[in-house]
Amino acid sequence: MPKQLTYVRGEMLAPKEPPLREAGVVKWLRENLFSGPLNTILTLLGLLATAWLLLHLVPWLMHSVWNAGSLGECRQIIAATWGEGATGACWAVVRERWPQYIFGFYPQDFALIARLSFADQYAAAGGYEGVFGAAVNGAVREAFIADLRANAGLFDLYVLGYWRPILAFVLMFVAIAPVLFTALPRKMIWFSLLYPALAFWLLWGGTVWLPVVALLGFAVMGAVFTLLKDQLGVPVSAGLGLVAAVLWWLFAQAPVTAGLQSALPFGLASVDSDQFGGFLLSIVIGVTAISASLPMGILLALGRRSDMLLVRTLSVGFIEFIRGVPLITLLFTASLLLQYFLPPGNNFDIILRVIILVTFFAAAYIAEVIRGGLAALPRGQYEAADALGLDYWQAQRLVVMPQALKISIPGIVSSFIGLFKDTTLVAFVGLMDPLKGITAVVRADIDWKGIYWEPYIFAGTLFFIICFGMSRYSMWLERKLKTDHR
Amino acid sequence: MSEQAIDRRKLQVSDEVAIQITNMNKWYGQFHVLRDVNMTVQRGERIVICGPSGSGKSTLIRCINRLEEHQAGQIIVDGTELTSDLKNIDKVRSEVGMVFQHFNLFPHLTILENCTLAPIWVRKVPKKEAEETAMHYLRKVKIPEQAHKYPGMLSGGQQQRVAIARSLCMKPRIMLFDEPTSALDPEMIKEVLDTMIELAEEGMTMLCVTHEMGFAQAVANRVVFMDQGQIVEQNEPGEFFRNPQSERTKLFLSQILGH
Ligand SMILES: Nc1ncnc2c1ncn2[C@@H]1O[C@H](COP(=O)(O)OP(=O)(O)O)[C@@H](O)[C@H]1O
Ligand SMILES: [Mg+2]
Repeated sequence: MPKQLTYVRGEMLAPKEPPLREAGVVKWLRENLFSGPLNTILTLLGLLATAWLLLHLVPWLMHSVWNAGSLGECRQIIAATWGEGATGACWAVVRERWPQYIFGFYPQDFALIARLSFADQYAAAGGYEGVFGAAVNGAVREAFIADLRANAGLFDLYVLGYWRPILAFVLMFVAIAPVLFTALPRKMIWFSLLYPALAFWLLWGGTVWLPVVALLGFAVMGAVFTLLKDQLGVPVSAGLGLVAAVLWWLFAQAPVTAGLQSALPFGLASVDSDQFGGFLLSIVIGVTAISASLPMGILLALGRRSDMLLVRTLSVGFIEFIRGVPLITLLFTASLLLQYFLPPGNNFDIILRVIILVTFFAAAYIAEVIRGGLAALPRGQYEAADALGLDYWQAQRLVVMPQALKISIPGIVSSFIGLFKDTTLVAFVGLMDPLKGITAVVRADIDWKGIYWEPYIFAGTLFFIICFGMSRYSMWLERKLKTDHR
Repeated sequence: MSEQAIDRRKLQVSDEVAIQITNMNKWYGQFHVLRDVNMTVQRGERIVICGPSGSGKSTLIRCINRLEEHQAGQIIVDGTELTSDLKNIDKVRSEVGMVFQHFNLFPHLTILENCTLAPIWVRKVPKKEAEETAMHYLRKVKIPEQAHKYPGMLSGGQQQRVAIARSLCMKPRIMLFDEPTSALDPEMIKEVLDTMIELAEEGMTMLCVTHEMGFAQAVANRVVFMDQGQIVEQNEPGEFFRNPQSERTKLFLSQILGH
């Protein structure tokens, strides 16, 4: 038979639907769970383990008690309701102590509650001077506050009472929003830049002039930078700007603040760093360190790839040192090291100290993550930026970093999540972190002695929600920034 | 095509010197990649550089905008000598456009943003004006409708035309092309070459590393053949293809033309 060599298609084929996959639960089970002997054994073991867990957990969770004054009372209720020997969860501890988990020992603003919700009683008791004034007998004040506690509603106690941290928390979202979501108006960034000073003032209180004068230091830095940028170039003028700002903070800050405060006194009641605790503390440390470590990590990553030997050596040394030392060691030595570098007699705030150290720690890791992203960029991108005449900083900012950071998002967010969880380590320097610090306080109470799982589950759940949120955001961001369509 | 070709090759070339390269040498470590290169480019010239792979063609044109640094000799572009002085380098780069083999568009920016980035940040052109200029050049390379897409959504030929438009937005006086069509599928080569031909007709000074001999015939006023880091032969294209002088040139031409 002759072989047919020529062939001409008469008509082109129209596209068709793809064949429907054979569906069915049984098929899915067979393919995914019971595809072979090993897989079958693992599936069965998995089922057994899950069943065992549920067998213990479900009754415990079903037997939850929310209303009780102490662990003993909880146990009584459980025994009375579900029989002797039944186990159950005593969530009453969370119901009673949640404000401490959230705010630590942050003082409630009873003066505000009194003025807004108990105006008549407050006036009768002599107003601010009569109740909270310096000359008032402590017992009188205690009695007034106890009365207030007993009669005030939940909103009064927990929203008005903690208005400062709550306001700072709410404004935090306004400040973060333009950073997280580029669709928002760019002008909002100005609020984001002012926010740290505002939050500091809301949380710690004191005179309003302290943060204002501190912000002026940044204005000094900006002025020096813009004046010198054209003559000396970006790095040198930025360095000089920083020096000028540090000089401002060291020498001008205190007298200018004092002068302004005596001329125009305005402030909030001071809160001591010891009074911070719980998630308030974790979030203050975590959010500050996260926002400071990203720019620092970027600079370190660039420094590590720099052509300048000194810059490179310093960056590598910093990164390797910080990564080589456990965070707890850093926290312990924080006071020593920082005290050493700062002028004598400077009693450096413990929270600030921790924030600085945690920032350094996270920045070293983030620098390495970003270095990976930088290495993944093709050389052509640098060349195109150079060929177009962009200078080093423009090329970094407009071409290199947007792409390198995009590649590094999963790693950066992992570092952030790790950092946020690491804030619990501050328990080791005596701060009231939500996991160990506050739980220890709760369990030291005679009423709740012996309680174990419930506080940890509560704190763990809150941590999970926050960290899971960050993780979801990063996935959303990755999808949104995906423009390469590869 | 041939009638047109004659027209195009008669395009105006002025006496003014655009690029002057004198006794230029470059090494990569111990490797002597460019050896005593001498070359004068008049304003309005369209030069095609060809030669075997590894002969130093890319290195030569990359030295012209200092993507590579030369170690000996002199390169003067538009009266500015390239030294380690950053001011001079910036000046030259803003006057010399470059188109790469792999386009090197910025994948995180839209086509329009790719085209306006350098004008806005380097030339300090207001955004609105930069966008108008960008749209003008995108129309010229015939893809204005893609302005708001990302580079990854475009075909190779379209991306390369965007790359050309991006360079043109800086209003360069000289354009360098490093094998602009060799990463493209055959059916896309023509659209890029057409764009380049149009550019040549407008009097742009062009240095193109390319093996598109049709393009060389059509628009080049000079073909430069390089081998082993040296300029081996240069001639007006008709003569170059009809009457190659050196044995190396003959061998090279037989390899790329004869099958
Ligand atoms: N960055 C570099 N470092 C070392 N050698 C290089 C580098 N770039 C190119 N070369 C070498 O220089 C020679 C010329 O390269 P190139 O200019 O790219 O040639 P062409 O573009 O003509 O193919 C080649 O042998 C190449 O291997
Ligand atoms: Mg090449």
